[in-house]
Amino acid sequence: MAGGIATALGAKSIRGNQRINNATTESPWVRRLIIGTGLFYFTIFLLLPLGAVFVEAFRKGVDAYLAALVEPDAMSAIKLTLITALVSVPLNLVFGVSAAWAITKFNFPGKRFLITLIDLPFSVSPVIAGLIFVLVFGAQGWFGSWFLDNDIKIIFAVPGILLATIFVTFPFVARELIPLMEAQGKEEEEAAIVLGARGWQVFRYVTLPNILWGVIYGVVLCNARAMGEFGAVSVVSGHIRGETNSLPLHVEILYNEYNFAAAFAVASLLAVLALLTLLIKTYVEWKAAQVNAQHKED
Amino acid sequence: MASARKSLRLAVLGFAVAIISFGVKADTDFLNVSYDPTRELYKDFNAVFANHWKKQTGETLNIKASHGGSGKQARAVIDGLQADVVTLALAYDVDAIAQKGLIAPDWIKRLPDNSAPYTSTIVFLVRKGNPKNIKDWNDLAKPGIEVVTPNPKTSGGARWNFLAAWGYALKQPGGNDQKARELVTNIYKNVKVLDSGARGSLTTFTERAIGDVLISWENEAYLSIKELGPDKFDIVTPSLSILAEPSVAVVDKVVEKRGTRKVAQAYLEYLYTPIGQEIAARHYYRPRNKEIAAKYSGNFAKVKLFTIDQVFGGWDKAQKTYFGDGGVFDQIIAKK
Repeated sequence: MAGGIATALGAKSIRGNQRINNATTESPWVRRLIIGTGLFYFTIFLLLPLGAVFVEAFRKGVDAYLAALVEPDAMSAIKLTLITALVSVPLNLVFGVSAAWAITKFNFPGKRFLITLIDLPFSVSPVIAGLIFVLVFGAQGWFGSWFLDNDIKIIFAVPGILLATIFVTFPFVARELIPLMEAQGKEEEEAAIVLGARGWQVFRYVTLPNILWGVIYGVVLCNARAMGEFGAVSVVSGHIRGETNSLPLHVEILYNEYNFAAAFAVASLLAVLALLTLLIKTYVEWKAAQVNAQHKED
Repeated sequence: MASARKSLRLAVLGFAVAIISFGVKADTDFLNVSYDPTRELYKDFNAVFANHWKKQTGETLNIKASHGGSGKQARAVIDGLQADVVTLALAYDVDAIAQKGLIAPDWIKRLPDNSAPYTSTIVFLVRKGNPKNIKDWNDLAKPGIEVVTPNPKTSGGARWNFLAAWGYALKQPGGNDQKARELVTNIYKNVKVLDSGARGSLTTFTERAIGDVLISWENEAYLSIKELGPDKFDIVTPSLSILAEPSVAVVDKVVEKRGTRKVAQAYLEYLYTPIGQEIAARHYYRPRNKEIAAKYSGNFAKVKLFTIDQVFGGWDKAQKTYFGDGGVFDQIIAKK
């Protein structure tokens, strides 16, 4: 009896609390439905496939898993993917920071148009991105015969893969920085200039510290895409094993050869990479929030 | 800050080393651009040939392979993929490369047997026990049968499939082009998925479990049974099929530039030797060599075969009539 009263009282007081927050809370079944739907999608579309990758990867045991990764073609795929990321990410970093700096701190005609152009690789299908380079640099393309005569390989070689990857990852850093720098405005830079700072000094001591975490965030996303790109790279690769096969292409080849354990072993590398990226991303977001909070206190 | 600069310097150094080590090549690189189902065949053959070449000349070969739908691969070679040799699914794809001046026009006469060192044919792969009772080509056209075959625009195997069905209809009592067109149209009405290559179609049928029957290369059908277990699929051999001659050729423009003509020529000729023929037979390709063919005759079903020259007057004509822009295949698909 006593317990019943206590529960009733408790329930009443909770209900009382709820009434205060009525505007921001939904009734229990709506909440359950929304959370349930979220969890359902999360499990089906994210957790299950991710788990499946690792389960399949280790199906034939740890030895088979490791053997698939140290196999020469796999090693060369890993190497190619690392080189691709090492080249495309720094280039996009330099481009992204300078583009965002130019767009947000200065006024010039055609600014909106430039932003739209930077977004282009987001809206173009990766297959088209690859075909563009085949049309321009392929043997039947505009400059193809000249490159061929001078023995310079672009398409179906590493440079073509780099070009395609740079194209698809082009907007990542710039797109990350433009909203951030627009929100920050240019008062601090103006103040620095009034105090006698020169262009490079303004960038180095005022702008860069403000956007540092945004830059890192952009680089992390750019890197993830550079390593994971399939479509565009597939078109320009030529699929030469041990030479122009990146990690994602290698996964497809292994799968098509009934080498399921090896295919998923290599895929699990990419999955681990994605998880690492997420971890760094979360850390960077947390760090950025901290810096922002500090900024406001100052 | 100093440590950051140091690590940056290290990163740049490491990057430079990676690029340099990527460029260093001690051995002779050699590229064979092939079609989809030959992956396992050339994996074995490349190892054996590299060994043979090393013994004979002392040169270490680094043989690379690229696989995909035959038409797509030909396109890549035309677009500049530096293939020393092409080993494609059919003569027309080699002709397409020859038309661009990369291969001499008379390539088909440069090696024995129409430059096709091994042959194959087209058979059906069905689910275990053949639940839909598929026996011959006309069964594929029946309503309610789900058929899987690749796209003839990109896949060589798919073009053989198409012509095998057409030829079968022509050779039936009272067969003519009108009846053949009817049969093939009805088969394509039953097609659920058109993948770009034979291997894609095979995984669609076996892994994704789509369809009742896969129209397949004979070698591909045997391979899938070997890899995936005889308890899952059966092979059905139709009463009549086509003799598929996958063609091989040296890519003249590339070997002249790279100075690899000798090894390229030897590579293709080695396919005709008893050793090469035996490797082909082991991977379920029908060998040309009579003795090897006799040795492996138990592996292949006896089936009546017609050639493309007999029925269609050669690849050039067949390609234009059936697979060119606005050709018979396009008309059939548009009607579908």
